[in-house]
Amino acid sequence: MTGSPKIPRTAPRKSATFDDITLSEIRRAAATGIYDIRGAGAKRALPHFDDLLFLGASISRYPLEGYRETCRTDVVLGDRFASKPIHLKIPITIAGMSFGSLSAQAKEALGRGASAMGTSTTTGDGGMTEEERGHSELLVYQYLPSRYGMNPDDLRRADAIEVVVGQGAKPGGGGMLLGQKISARVAGMRDLPEGIDQRSACRHPDWTGPDDLEIKIQELREITNWEKPIYVKVGASRPYYDVALAVKSGADVVVLDGMQGGTAATQDVFIEHVGIPILSAIRPAVAALQELDMHRKVQLVVSGGVRNGADVAKCLALGADAVSIGTAALVALGDNDPRWEADYNALGTTAGAYDDWHEGNDPAGITTQNPELAARLDPVAAGQRLANYLAVMTLECQTIARANGKSDVRNLEPEDLVALTIEAAAMARVPLAGTDWIPGPGGR
Amino acid sequence: MSVDTLNHSVLDLGAEPVRAVNRTLQAASGGAFTIRNPNGAHALACGLDAPVDITIAGHVGYYCAGMNKHASVTVEGNAGTGLAENIMSGTVRVTGDASQSAGATGHGGLVVIEGDASARCGISMKGVDIVVGGSVGHMSAFMAQSGTLAVLGDAGEALGDSIYEARLYVRGSVAGLGADCVEKGMRAEHVAELQALLTRAGYGDVDAATFRRYGSARQLYHFKVDNVGAY
Ligand SMILES: Cc1cc2nc3c(=O)[nH]c(=O)nc-3n(C[C@H](O)[C@H](O)[C@H](O)COP(=O)(O)O)c2cc1C
Repeated sequence: MTGSPKIPRTAPRKSATFDDITLSEIRRAAATGIYDIRGAGAKRALPHFDDLLFLGASISRYPLEGYRETCRTDVVLGDRFASKPIHLKIPITIAGMSFGSLSAQAKEALGRGASAMGTSTTTGDGGMTEEERGHSELLVYQYLPSRYGMNPDDLRRADAIEVVVGQGAKPGGGGMLLGQKISARVAGMRDLPEGIDQRSACRHPDWTGPDDLEIKIQELREITNWEKPIYVKVGASRPYYDVALAVKSGADVVVLDGMQGGTAATQDVFIEHVGIPILSAIRPAVAALQELDMHRKVQLVVSGGVRNGADVAKCLALGADAVSIGTAALVALGDNDPRWEADYNALGTTAGAYDDWHEGNDPAGITTQNPELAARLDPVAAGQRLANYLAVMTLECQTIARANGKSDVRNLEPEDLVALTIEAAAMARVPLAGTDWIPGPGGR
Repeated sequence: MSVDTLNHSVLDLGAEPVRAVNRTLQAASGGAFTIRNPNGAHALACGLDAPVDITIAGHVGYYCAGMNKHASVTVEGNAGTGLAENIMSGTVRVTGDASQSAGATGHGGLVVIEGDASARCGISMKGVDIVVGGSVGHMSAFMAQSGTLAVLGDAGEALGDSIYEARLYVRGSVAGLGADCVEKGMRAEHVAELQALLTRAGYGDVDAATFRRYGSARQLYHFKVDNVGAY
């Protein structure tokens, strides 16, 4: 007898519901008593542009020759009411990111890169800096609930004005900038005590609802001689109604930001659980514009997880006039670069996962106000990287447009697309690949 | 444009649109204007940037004298929402009442409301001085960052909610203080500061010592002081 036979054991199994991330967050919450705040956008897997494919040309559709045949990329924003609309050479803009959340060097680099490619940058919650005005040929000035640094002189030296109603990462939430980043300069621009944890308002102080917004837009136009395009930015939540109301309020341009969109600092629970993916928001927004006979008259700029020229092309095919990038632009500057791996490790993270942008310790010198760290970013070199990246995205978008026989990237259309998943087919309202099935009411 | 007995240039909103009137006012480098027939027009006399003297003979709509710099604007009547919002400098005076968000986010200058002001008076104020002859509505001085709000009458619910460094003086009753707003002692320096402001606003005969002072308890300046590194 050699004893009882060894009983096979079930392998240790971790719960899909209580996964490691969930468990670690429960322990963190239990230890601290405060919610998790972080930067960047939604990290969970969501239906996205990768779930769409272009069909390309075939016997019944003729392609254009790459490099030889014209494929236009320029776009005019704001010609509905503004006497000085914005002319962009490429349909990719740089999203609003505040000085405060970003270093002055990073703002300068964004301006340099965008200007080299003939596109615009955008201020953020915290006012306009000389660095960004000086280095941005086209600068959009955000008009936010906090009104930090807001003044009529900057309003007049902006090239467009963006009334921010919401942001994709946090529709319904105000800004946050924690004490570590409220340096003397940031505090001075915002008129706040240095070093406090600042929460900016989530509602505008002097208007509520579309009827007020219409009058607010009138005031902004009166102050700026009806010259500047007025954008209205909304987080993707009820895109059909929000876009219709923005148009009704007199917007020249609507900016629609999906839940993958980055943020400088927001509660993780907000980022991951409020708002809808941009893939699901574009078609309702375009439907609202079309029903009002305003498609292409009020331009639609979309954002939230745009990463490459294919994403740009898909946004345009679904009916947008341009896209906007935040996170991807920061990565092009040098955010989360593996060259700083040792520093990321010292912060308890790794390159690619670093999102404690609110703490101001960014090894890449981008999301910080620490002068030593900020000095790591060379605005000229970083600006060149951004310009290169924008050029690649544009070439990629043109490659796809030509393959689909389009002489202008904005001639891309939903008929050029199919979906890989039923969810994406339903949200983007294009057929599931290999079928003619569009799920949902009104599908075919 | 005609000229009235006070040697003011007269602009008539019965005959010209707001755009034309504002363009004339914005182009002026000085002088005095009277605006007739405002009839509740919105965005009137906004975006001014010179020491012009403007009298508006009647009621105005939203955002009158918005973002004012240097100009002196008097409304002989009532004002709608957002009177002198984001004012930078100069003076805006209303002889009647003002609706919501009067002086909102103002960075400097002086706003005087001789009647009552509605809700959110001085919301997010950033350096402006506001004097209200009557009472203010609820949520006044919400998130007020700096500057001074003086109320000769009463204040509504949630005065100074989430206030930063603005100073609030109220002579009458306060229906309730908002989060992190507390009553503070009225020391000699505060009486002197308030008396100077009252005088500047045309209320020099009102005794500053009869007011009570409110400001920030500074308890909300950090989410969680014990655990600043944890979020
Ligand atoms: C660091 C950072 C700061 C931001 N600050 C602002 C801001 O001040 N105002 C605003 O409207 N959006 C802000 N956003 C959101 C962007 O404007 C934009 O909506 C978003 O980044 C787009 O999504 P993407 O990051 O996936 O490209 C910020 C985003 C980031 C990453």
